[in-house]
Amino acid sequence: MITFIPRDKVSKNWIIIAPILSIFFTIFFGLLIFTFLGYNPLETLYQIFVSPFSRIDRISDILVKACPLIIIGTGLMLCFKSNVWNIGAEGQFIMGALLAGFIALSFPNIETKFFLLITILAGFVGGALWAFIPAILKTKLNVNEILVSLMLVYVAMLFIDFIVRGPLRDPMSFGFPLSKPYPEGALINKIPFPGIGFLGQLHYGILFVFLLVPVSWIFVNKTLGGFKINVLGSAPQAAKFAGFKRNSITITVLLLSGGLAGVAGVIEVSANIGQLQPEVSFDYGFTAIIVAFLGRLSPVGILFAGIIIATVKLGADNAQMTMGIPKVVTGLFEGILLFFLLTGETLQKYKIKWSEGKK
Amino acid sequence: MPKKELNILLKARKICKSFGNFVANQNIDISIAKGQIHALLGENGAGKSTLVKIFYGVLQPDSGSIEINNQKISITSPNIARKNGIGMVFQHFSLFPALTVAENILIALDNKIKFSEVVNKITKLSKEWELFIDPLKLVSELSVGEKQRVEIIRCLMQNPNLLIMDEPTSVLTPQEIKNLFKILKRLASSGCSILYISHKLEEIIELADKVTILKSGKSIETIDAKKTTTNFLAEKMVGKKITQLKKNIKTNSKNIAFEVKNLNKQKDHEFGISLTNINLQVNYGEILGVAGIAGNGQVELMEILSGEINCKNNDQILLDKLPIGKANINERRKLGIETIPEERTFHATVPNLTLSENTFLTYFFKYSNTKSWITNLLNNPQNSLDESKTIVKNNDVRCPETNPLASQLSGGNLQKFILGRSLANNPKVAIFSQPTWGVDIGAATAIRQKLLDLSQSGKAVILISQDLEEIFELSDKICVINEGFLSEIFDVREITATDVGLLMGGKNRENQKMDPIK
Repeated sequence: MITFIPRDKVSKNWIIIAPILSIFFTIFFGLLIFTFLGYNPLETLYQIFVSPFSRIDRISDILVKACPLIIIGTGLMLCFKSNVWNIGAEGQFIMGALLAGFIALSFPNIETKFFLLITILAGFVGGALWAFIPAILKTKLNVNEILVSLMLVYVAMLFIDFIVRGPLRDPMSFGFPLSKPYPEGALINKIPFPGIGFLGQLHYGILFVFLLVPVSWIFVNKTLGGFKINVLGSAPQAAKFAGFKRNSITITVLLLSGGLAGVAGVIEVSANIGQLQPEVSFDYGFTAIIVAFLGRLSPVGILFAGIIIATVKLGADNAQMTMGIPKVVTGLFEGILLFFLLTGETLQKYKIKWSEGKK
Repeated sequence: MPKKELNILLKARKICKSFGNFVANQNIDISIAKGQIHALLGENGAGKSTLVKIFYGVLQPDSGSIEINNQKISITSPNIARKNGIGMVFQHFSLFPALTVAENILIALDNKIKFSEVVNKITKLSKEWELFIDPLKLVSELSVGEKQRVEIIRCLMQNPNLLIMDEPTSVLTPQEIKNLFKILKRLASSGCSILYISHKLEEIIELADKVTILKSGKSIETIDAKKTTTNFLAEKMVGKKITQLKKNIKTNSKNIAFEVKNLNKQKDHEFGISLTNINLQVNYGEILGVAGIAGNGQVELMEILSGEINCKNNDQILLDKLPIGKANINERRKLGIETIPEERTFHATVPNLTLSENTFLTYFFKYSNTKSWITNLLNNPQNSLDESKTIVKNNDVRCPETNPLASQLSGGNLQKFILGRSLANNPKVAIFSQPTWGVDIGAATAIRQKLLDLSQSGKAVILISQDLEEIFELSDKICVINEGFLSEIFDVREITATDVGLLMGGKNRENQKMDPIK
């Protein structure tokens, strides 16, 4: 039997050594696997880890990819900290994008960028409404939010599919399931850098991340609301003793996380796609769950975790494009990376004891 | 070759056991004679439970040896313990409520026998040992004392040479305790040794032949229980003289501080207790003790009194004759009602938060009464740092560092902090549930003194406790809770421990009146 015994004190050295060891083991096992599968191991590692950083426009692509992950992850952090298990961010992302898209397409000639404030707000509302369903079912009828939020993902996927094939299909799309392009006022532009021009796909949406991270840090650490979430997650009875209302906290965190996922959806579509299509998310809502936990449910941690995951995802794309390594193989590598990162973190806090005792 | 000792059943030498850095048992020697009642005395955390769990094979010692009948054995599982004639009754029963007595005993047997045989055997054993029990009754219908009998019979089915009882009386009424002692004495005289774990001194003197005193994981001394006094045992157990409580003569006012009227509350889950027609009142300058065995509705009563759950009608609870039944817990705090729930961690405090954060937990509203919206927005635990330091200083809370996590404090120190936190709010009415439960004697005395001081300074105190001695020591008035019914309130001078014991066992619940005591 294996038991995990909490360490009395986490040594400072291990906080630095553990991640280095994790990366080392990841690389070691990565090399092993790629060699056995017949790929050039060093070249593969280069593609996954180094090539995303090899040009400045690629670095900016990491930020673009990390942007929705960080926004959704921050919302999920609030849920997970209060022991509310929203795993339907993918659906909330889609519904946010859809509602914002509906508004955008209703004003085909609008040009002012102030209109973005309205579409982003619409995205928040769309995502929040989708999360309100599990919230109200959980608080009123004690229905498990994990099941409801997850199942609503598939409802949302089919719903957007129906919308872009039916009501919102562009008549000029030659039968493709696409909406009309968004008006100018609903598009998020790339950031022009003087003298350089655009850096890859880097767009103004990234500003939202730079705003969100400090605001969420202050909310979690310096406000009563953040404290309530923390207490409810660690000791629900104590939250009751402090007079915090469980139901209203549960509803609030679900609305906030749904809303943020919706905003991520608007930013993704407005900046990178420019119209509605059946597939607007690339598993951002699910990947963000990993991002939230890898970032130890802290705003700054999530910022870095988002960047790490985005890097590996882009690296996997590169490996596929240049070397023809299938996604499943790089997916396996991602798994190894996560395994060792989380193991390293766990072993910082716990020591393992093997005992012969049978149970 | 050590000499053979024929009358020794179990002999343990130099038993050591640590959990991480915490040393639970350190070089403990103990030998239990055949047919003797051997008591293991010690405060909470002295290492009693660890030691007996080693004897029963639940835990493995780090080092040391155990001999049974002069044969060295290693008890690697409860199965092996039972094969060697060791039976154990745990503090918390391990019975399935939805099964009958006989079914519960059947599934626990190592060698399978027929159901009808089990029933016969139970009937025989229960007659033989006066452990009266109906084998076909559902366990959920049994009282706590009866459940304990089932556990004892379960052990007796295996014909044990040694019966380990872990704090068996903590859940029993005085009458049930008397019965249990009779049975244990008979068992011992028939040749079965008993290892009896307790921190109650009187019990040990009444029951045991030998007593081994444990303190901080070490065995201090083994003495003849028949030739000692409670004072001597207490000093050995605590390691210092125990200060007596100072009880001044008080002037009880006749002003009613806090009143509960005709309160009913349906249980909200299967294992809860419904509160039925609760009436109580407490005057300023008075301590009202609510006695009762744990699990008889104290938790539910506390939820309603604290305001964690509101009453249906506002006038079911009155403070200074004003209705407050619908006020929530923080509104009641502002009105001067402070409550302490029975669970110290996860209810009264959050273990992974610091003391200042735990102070903020019940005081956050104090820092948000300013007019500046930015202060309100950024109301965070930093605000309660000074307050928590004052609480720590004024209440002699011993911390390993400044502002530690609540989980870093020992039970007694944490309870002193919790009590201090409530008192810092300068309450008019204090309602405390099991304030000294599981706390070492030193801290318990300090806490009891604080309660006395509180009432002597004119505050109203309600003390919910399962410790009868504590109830009688502190209270001016006493009532008893049993299965969600509250007895009428008696003056402490008009009621005896026997009366209270009968009420705790559910006597006269229907007419709520005392019969003349036989």
